[in-house]
Amino acid sequence: MSKKADLINLDGYDAKTRRMMEGMATAENRALAARAEEECECKEGMFPNVDRRGFLAAAGAAGATALMTHSTNAAVPGAIDYPVQKDPTREQGRLTNDDGGYGSRSQFESEIRWRFPTATKESSWTMTPLDKSQGIITPSGLHFERHHGGIPAVDPGKHTLIVHGMVNQARKYTMADLLRFPSVSRQCFIECSGNGLTEWRKPYLKTVQGTHGLTSTSEWTGVPLSTILREAGVKDGAAWILAEGRDAAVMTRSVPLDKCWSDAMLAYGQNGEMLRPEQGYPLRLLLPGYEGNTHIKWLRRIEVSDKPFMSREETSKYTDLLNGGKARQFSFTMEAKSVITFPSGEMKLPGAGFYEITGLAWSGRGKVRRVEVSTDGGENWDLAQLQTPIQPICHTRFRYPWKWDGKPAILQSRCQDETGYIQPTIKQLVAARGLDGHAKFGSIYHLNGIQSWGVESDGSVKNVHKY
Amino acid sequence: MFTNINKLTLGSICVVAVSVGVSFGAAAGGSYGGPYGFGSSASAGDIAKIDIDVMPDGRGAPPGQGSYAEGKKVYADKCAACHGADMAKPVKGTGAAPLRGGRDTLTSGKPKKTVESYWPYATTLFDYTKRAMPFNDPGSMTDNEIYAVVAYILAEGNVISKDAVMNAKTLPKVKMPNQDGFIAFPQGNGHRPDIFNYD
Repeated sequence: MSKKADLINLDGYDAKTRRMMEGMATAENRALAARAEEECECKEGMFPNVDRRGFLAAAGAAGATALMTHSTNAAVPGAIDYPVQKDPTREQGRLTNDDGGYGSRSQFESEIRWRFPTATKESSWTMTPLDKSQGIITPSGLHFERHHGGIPAVDPGKHTLIVHGMVNQARKYTMADLLRFPSVSRQCFIECSGNGLTEWRKPYLKTVQGTHGLTSTSEWTGVPLSTILREAGVKDGAAWILAEGRDAAVMTRSVPLDKCWSDAMLAYGQNGEMLRPEQGYPLRLLLPGYEGNTHIKWLRRIEVSDKPFMSREETSKYTDLLNGGKARQFSFTMEAKSVITFPSGEMKLPGAGFYEITGLAWSGRGKVRRVEVSTDGGENWDLAQLQTPIQPICHTRFRYPWKWDGKPAILQSRCQDETGYIQPTIKQLVAARGLDGHAKFGSIYHLNGIQSWGVESDGSVKNVHKY
Repeated sequence: MFTNINKLTLGSICVVAVSVGVSFGAAAGGSYGGPYGFGSSASAGDIAKIDIDVMPDGRGAPPGQGSYAEGKKVYADKCAACHGADMAKPVKGTGAAPLRGGRDTLTSGKPKKTVESYWPYATTLFDYTKRAMPFNDPGSMTDNEIYAVVAYILAEGNVISKDAVMNAKTLPKVKMPNQDGFIAFPQGNGHRPDIFNYD
């Protein structure tokens, strides 16, 4: 556990939630400590996790050359530590395709997922580093993860999907079979319904990776599930499917048949290549807008039925215990949400002046219609610019020009989706679901409230609550 | 060259698929929408191998049975190391959940969600144990062992009597304390979201 002094009072959360929150704070503190070790004189840097080589390279600052001759960070995952040339214009660069034919990111970039320190590394999750995210696509290697039984290595040559139950003919598909069907691609976010679970009562984690890192966007390619259902022929009276994975948890969720007919996909492609193993290679279910747990990875079986199967995940987990003791079940849809990714927690603005506030907005119900930004804690709101094309059920990048006067400020964003729904405050969510001041609160899921970042006069940015 | 089919990648599968001569060009320009007929029939044997789910009404519950006494032994052998001897306090550092206790805490400030206090169906306990437990050897338990350990866990939680034998007939009839504790959230735009912030 991290230093208890760093942790806020967690009374009112149940023991499991307290353990989760403490663990996440520990992981975040560890990640921040690792950044601090890399830090140097450039304390004024805006980004918490760029070491001086990277920062100075980006800023083109004087003195960079001398610093950059230091050995670079040999251990950056996903990068190769190449010798840095004194003057790349005066000697040839490294050889073409000498990396074996699959490129790597710059050795000066160090963004990584960090893992929630669960008791086991098999059942755990990692957060996407949104703080330096660019555009809307999450690099495949930075897509958040949630595993319940580790990451299986599945041989695609042996993997099959069986479709059975209330169908006219039970079918078996190899990956080669599935690749022959007409395919579709779409960019789509997946968000874990536990995203933000630490933030209900008080600001808890420090960075946007901690508060919002359980959402990611990829381009997914696969076969519409409706195609496969038509092939098998769904019988009258069918209303649900069970989707099941080929992992050690043999993960299962029930999904309403309507969703399967509308936009569900059997996805095998991600961001221009086949799925990453952590994302379900060779086949996963994609249910646009539904909570992440339902997007069953390593998909091996679909059973069509008249009723939900009441798996452990949809009864004892991923249900929303409300004030009064009843729990909401099948609360699938991830509602409209947005967050400012820059500036965000633990960054430091070097001084008054111009900054481009930027962030992400998304809705499980369709397109983002607008995003508003407030720089005064919600007193005034102004429209942000949305990066086009705006796609349904997809991260949408927003930007807002801001001239900071050097005084304390509270930055917020709120979005509206195409249904007209406007992202609520955390206070509104608490009023609707519980947490009534008597510590009656059992649900940690589906927090889509407005996030506030407090900018202090010294430029430091902190996670705050401001309704 | 076909000695190691295990090493086939999806990319190479794709090449194989194309090489059998499917005319994608015609499909792209036309209006053909199926049926495609790819894949094969799943045999009863194919399905039986992986169709392990058990539904609340008992559909899928396999033959076999287990008693409290048998379950006590199974629990000691395969469960106690993580879930703890008394089921209420899991062993620290294992990540295991408490299985017993917590009844009447769901309206308190600190709800304890256990099999006894929160899980709505006994079939789910069988289903989950069969697919994912024990954590260090998932899928290894026989149906008799699972029925037995379910009987033991439910009896220790005072959900059923210690005389009760669990099998395909009795398991779905178990009434869990929190069976009526769930609200199936209505789907569709008419019902969600629960915050009505509209222009």
